[in-house]
Amino acid sequence: MDKRKIEEGLFKGLMIASTIVILSSLLFILGTVIVKGMPAMNLAMITQTPKGGFYLGKEGGILNAIIGSIYLATGATFLAILIGLPVVLYLNVYAKKGSRLVTFTRFSFDVLWGVPSIVYGAFGFMIMLFFGLRASLLGGIIAVSLLILPIMSRAMDEVIRMVPKELLEASYALGATKLETALKVVVRQAFPGILTAVLIAFGRGIGDAASVIFTAGFSDFIPYSLFRPAATLPLAIFFQLGTPFPEVQDRAYASAFILTIIILIISIASRILTRKFTRHRVK
Amino acid sequence: MMRKRLLKDKLAGKYMLLLTILSSLIVFLMVIGLYQRSRPILAIKSLSELLLSTSWHPLRTEFGYFPFIMGSLWVTGVAIVIAIPLCLLTAVYLSEYAPRYVREWIKPLIDLLAGIPSVVYGVWGVLVIVPLIKNYIAPFFGTFSSGYSVLAGGIVLAIMIFPIIIHVSLEVFRSIPHEIREASLSLGATKWQTIKHVVIRKAMPGIIAAIVLGLSRAFGETMAVLMVTGNVAKTPTSVLDPAYPLPALIANNYGEMLSVPLYDSALLLACLFLLLVVLFFNIVVRVVLIRIERYTQ
Repeated sequence: MDKRKIEEGLFKGLMIASTIVILSSLLFILGTVIVKGMPAMNLAMITQTPKGGFYLGKEGGILNAIIGSIYLATGATFLAILIGLPVVLYLNVYAKKGSRLVTFTRFSFDVLWGVPSIVYGAFGFMIMLFFGLRASLLGGIIAVSLLILPIMSRAMDEVIRMVPKELLEASYALGATKLETALKVVVRQAFPGILTAVLIAFGRGIGDAASVIFTAGFSDFIPYSLFRPAATLPLAIFFQLGTPFPEVQDRAYASAFILTIIILIISIASRILTRKFTRHRVK
Repeated sequence: MMRKRLLKDKLAGKYMLLLTILSSLIVFLMVIGLYQRSRPILAIKSLSELLLSTSWHPLRTEFGYFPFIMGSLWVTGVAIVIAIPLCLLTAVYLSEYAPRYVREWIKPLIDLLAGIPSVVYGVWGVLVIVPLIKNYIAPFFGTFSSGYSVLAGGIVLAIMIFPIIIHVSLEVFRSIPHEIREASLSLGATKWQTIKHVVIRKAMPGIIAAIVLGLSRAFGETMAVLMVTGNVAKTPTSVLDPAYPLPALIANNYGEMLSVPLYDSALLLACLFLLLVVLFFNIVVRVVLIRIERYTQ
């Protein structure tokens, strides 16, 4: 009897210890980025583009990468909504329940979700070669939108599936078409969840490096057209860290700090929005 | 008016159907596209030569993937060995023991861990793990290491896959009916005995699926690995050796790949290889998870 209790206590201790290890790894990462990044922060970092010799330690900032990343993630999110939302609405409103196409599409999104971002980068690069595009904002947008499409669609699908069937039926009974039901009932009902899905996808898009390394290129200037190469924050961090100069490496830490802050803001915003909008939901 | 509405509905339906079909074909397009691009190299080299040769000299058109594949396997292996016990213990704690409010507090934090960009993991690895290995771990074992090593990659990757494994395991534990637990408890088993003999046994396929999902994520992760493993094209022989995993190889050479003949073909073949391995794992996992889901409904 005693032995059983001791074993249980031992494992419970181990479980709590591993939970603490996992949580402290999060705090450790955030702490390191803050401690190393904060001192290297200054106003020039977020208000200036790189000046000559920036990567040798001369002055300037990473405004090009901040703006580039925001452009890129916004464009990609927009494109992914344009493809993902109709697909998810089709799966949940138009298609027959349990049809082969529905099962297959859900399955293929699940599988796509697991495809590494470098593969999306290479695939995006092939699409670009096919259309004769060079490394550009547009190329990056295409690759990143493919990357976030399954992430966004799966998250949207999960909430839209939860919309009560009675609500759809009530809408049909009033004479609404499927399209009207989809846009005016389903989307409105699932709006907070859709917004969260969009924010998650945006966060993933702004933080991903491997998919843009082939496709978006890099530039010290803020892109003024879709066909210009665009700098991105993750790549800016990577390149700055790769230089042998401590001043530039400090800037990499500051850039990582900026990126982390952006991600934190997005994740907190999605939480607040979800809470705010769920008040009006019909359960 | 009426006809216009119906027409709109019909057209929208067709458009949505088209998008649905297209997007479910993306996987196939990827495989076919990458295969097309890697045909030139497959035409002159045999697959076994490519996979087993250790000499990587693009200028002499020698493309041996072996060191890179081994690099990937080593790094992924270390990551999974670190992640399995920590994740499973945490998942069991969160699903079986933790009070509700603790669980509600911890889950968003784990989600946050999943949201941190891989380049930030890489920066953290360079700042913390690499010096730790160089200054403490390697000297402790009486050897030298630059710190940029399999172990560094493994530790960083382990943390990156924590959220996936925990998340999926929690879902699996939740799918196990309460009646089974109660039956075991009513026979006089302690809570831990119930977990050990009933819950975990029942959840085994799902737990394995969770681990494989984490494994395949680790296998394809690029940026963090590129930053902390040292990128030396030699088959590692210990966890303190540097490695050059496959995704890092692809990411690192994108610049010069179009200027050397067959280089792009070789890199895209590496990509195809990566994709096929990950697809295989993911398909198996999804089939297992779907069966669990059906079973519980």
